[in-house]
Amino acid sequence: MTLALVLCGVVAIAVSGVPGLLMDHRGQAGQTLATLLLVLGSALGMTGALGTLVSGADVTREGPWFLPWGMNALRLDPLAAFFLVPIFLVPALGSIYGQEYWKQPEHPENGRKLRFFYGLLAASMGMVALARDGFFFLIAWEIMALSAYFLATTEDDDPAACRSGWIYLVATHLGTICLISLFTFIRRTTGSTALVPIAESQVTSGAITTIVVLTLLGFGFKAGLMPLHVWLPGAHANAPSHVSAVLSGVMLKMGIYGMVRITGLLPRLEPWHGATLLAAGTVSAVLGVALALGQSDLKRVLAYSSIENIGIIAMGLGLALLGKSLDRREWIALGLAGALLHVWNHSLFKSLLFFNAGAIIHATHTREFHRLGGLARLMPRAAALFLIGAAAICALPGLNGFVSEWLIYSGLFRTLGTPSDPLGAAWPFAALGVPALAVVGALAVACFVSVFGSIFLGAARTDSGAHAHDPGKLMQSSMLVLGLGCAAIGLVPKPVLFLLERVVSGWGAESPLRSPALGDLAPVGWISAFGAGLLALAGLLAVFYLRSRRRGPVGSSVTWDCGYARPTARMQYTPSSFTSFVSALFQWSLWPKTHRPQISGLFPKAAAFKAFQPDPLLDRGILPALSRTARLILRLRLLQQGQIQIYMLYSLAILILLFWWGRSGR
Amino acid sequence: MIHSAIHLVLLLVFPPFMLGVINKTKAFFGGRVGPPLLQPYRDLARLMRKGLVFSTTTTWVFRAAPLVTLATVILAGLLIPLGPFSSPVRSFEGDLILFTYLFGLARFFTTAAALDTGSAFEGMGAAREVTFACLSEPALFFGFLVLIKLSGSFALATMLHGPWQAPWTTAAAPLVLVGVGFFVILLAENCRIPVDDPNTHLELTMIHEVMVLDHSGPLFGVILYAASIKLFVLGSLFLHIALPFKSCHPAVDWLVILGEMTGLAVAVGSVESVMARLQMRHVPTLLIGAVLFCAFGFFLLLR
Repeated sequence: MTLALVLCGVVAIAVSGVPGLLMDHRGQAGQTLATLLLVLGSALGMTGALGTLVSGADVTREGPWFLPWGMNALRLDPLAAFFLVPIFLVPALGSIYGQEYWKQPEHPENGRKLRFFYGLLAASMGMVALARDGFFFLIAWEIMALSAYFLATTEDDDPAACRSGWIYLVATHLGTICLISLFTFIRRTTGSTALVPIAESQVTSGAITTIVVLTLLGFGFKAGLMPLHVWLPGAHANAPSHVSAVLSGVMLKMGIYGMVRITGLLPRLEPWHGATLLAAGTVSAVLGVALALGQSDLKRVLAYSSIENIGIIAMGLGLALLGKSLDRREWIALGLAGALLHVWNHSLFKSLLFFNAGAIIHATHTREFHRLGGLARLMPRAAALFLIGAAAICALPGLNGFVSEWLIYSGLFRTLGTPSDPLGAAWPFAALGVPALAVVGALAVACFVSVFGSIFLGAARTDSGAHAHDPGKLMQSSMLVLGLGCAAIGLVPKPVLFLLERVVSGWGAESPLRSPALGDLAPVGWISAFGAGLLALAGLLAVFYLRSRRRGPVGSSVTWDCGYARPTARMQYTPSSFTSFVSALFQWSLWPKTHRPQISGLFPKAAAFKAFQPDPLLDRGILPALSRTARLILRLRLLQQGQIQIYMLYSLAILILLFWWGRSGR
Repeated sequence: MIHSAIHLVLLLVFPPFMLGVINKTKAFFGGRVGPPLLQPYRDLARLMRKGLVFSTTTTWVFRAAPLVTLATVILAGLLIPLGPFSSPVRSFEGDLILFTYLFGLARFFTTAAALDTGSAFEGMGAAREVTFACLSEPALFFGFLVLIKLSGSFALATMLHGPWQAPWTTAAAPLVLVGVGFFVILLAENCRIPVDDPNTHLELTMIHEVMVLDHSGPLFGVILYAASIKLFVLGSLFLHIALPFKSCHPAVDWLVILGEMTGLAVAVGSVESVMARLQMRHVPTLLIGAVLFCAFGFFLLLR
């Protein structure tokens, strides 16, 4: 029943963009129909997914199949259902948002294409989560990857979008190659491509290591773990904002889903498998947010911060793998629960921030946020919603990001040993994730204070935002839903923990030991209590403040400028000056580019200082290396003379060489 | 129950006194009489009666920041145990994360309010504040790791009461290192010399004071009050490591706590009197030193 609901939902979503293809490209009807279909399908699917999560049911279904390998096998278990929830939530909200953000009459050239692939992307992600067979999984995976390509290059007349689209296409297929090898290897080892638990007798430890390495590489490309992240910032920045929200909030998580699913099938793991993922996650988290600090494009900031959040998720998952290899059930429960909850949380607050970024771009026509300022007066609702998203992404108490990071922290603390297992930690270096996570938290505050402050606070730096206004009702309401989700999980995490319990207990459940109840490991009731306390205390103080305000006189004046008589808005701290002090701490790893003019003489000429942060791997490593290789290969052109006689000569020469080789070999 | 009440009263009433002690100590070193010990209370009372002046560029974020800051430091003060007593809120596993992140929330709002004024000076101060936090937070968490390793618990009360019960051959060296690290964090987070000079008169060189330049009247009073509570809370965290004293009678213990807190204020005042503020570009080096102290403490335990 639940599976049927989810399947109906997926089909409705997949075809949502099709009717529009046949309709007038200047009318709104096709888009409205697509949105209705998408929302309807998502509602159906969401019912099924939530039903599965609440009941903990595990349904499989097999159908007819037309290819020589693989089979048509689907499975809806709590893990799949958990990932289906954001798949059904974010694209639906995105399509509602798109009704105002990407109106068909305003984008007649690409609106229909966008909606066709948008539905296809959402539906294929649903099928990825449902697939119980390797080849079926790969087909769904490839449809997802390609539709994401067409969405990222929606504006195919923009060279930047095309370039980042190409980089994405190469990166995703490098990942797919690993995945094809992975499923072929699984088939060779176990004799079938079915994604079912692998028995201890079927695999050697070498085979397990191969599977884990291929899993981490193949899915790491999709998730955007460093150093496999190179495609991510460009693709997310150049897509329309509601597409970016789906790519960042949902599609990256399919990489995480793959890792969780495949590692859950393995009978045992080596400790270094988990430790590798933990280390990769730590590096991604710290460098991701450090790179985000240096960006001047709002959507690139959000994209790099996605790398950071994927890193945090990978830290939790790495801890769970470590727990699996050492048979520490608490580590599994807290690490996996933290990672999975962060999947939900990130899809909520990152989509909220991308939607908000879209509203800002819509209102000001620029992504360069150092040109803005003071928008909180013109867009008060967007400002409040952005503040919620920014505080949630910094994991501040009272919002959802805190809960998931708290779970991961608690798990990492336990690697030091517990009262029942005092000081007997087998892997104390895992605890180094704790100070790393603290750095990430502090850097995230620096980053998002800078972004929020320079967009919404202070005075306008240029007149880009002069005619800004709050977004329309539909855009606002889709953001509001996400913001409420952030607050709900942050203030009342108990019900979500109940759902997580279902997923965690089903993951790699061969061990005879029962996992301890998540509620006992993580007293989230206190988080609710403190969230409520914080709200109450702040509310009380606000009441006192308003009273005292009524009593005394309230004046207004200009900002204190140390006596300088003519301050201008351009004197404000810009985001790059705000973050330059922090970024300087990371100079050794990020190599920012600065252009510093020589100033000499008593009356120096006008000069300009420029600084920007290229991606250390893509812009400084891969692209130069590739172009050098291309130049080397260009030398082979000497051979390519364009005359048929010369090619005949080559053939003759090779023939003679082959004869000679064949004779000497005999 | 009675202890919780005393805790609450101390938390809300005592902190400004520490500021008075610090100022008196500095006056003593300078050969002056100095303001009376209770002067901070008078200052706060006077500020609360004053009117407000707002900059025309500011929004509700500017007005909300002091209130949020005060709320967070009070909640953090409810989590931390004082001396041998348990905290008013029963300690739970993972409360130290909440404790630290509450300060993060305060920092988010304080720095956002600074940017809200649109002043370059306040932006500068905010940039410094968030930068130094990036170094003091890992130091704090490395210190927590040492305490957790020694006490076997990550609930604040047991974590802070436990470490010195471990054999001193194991515990002494790491705890001394963590103590040094935490003292540096205490000075940095509360914006005291050698990181920041609360009495400086040049906006260019300030951190905390410059962020609140535009606040006035009751809201400024709230900021000063919250800052003193923060000193009290972080001070009691430090004292658990530096002077873990426990006598046989609760009344003696409370008096000891008061004495220790006053002593800490004298120590902070003495540091301020005998040292100059570091150059701003050298502050990260000091904080990295604190990280290394705490990290060495942790690695000593892993032998």
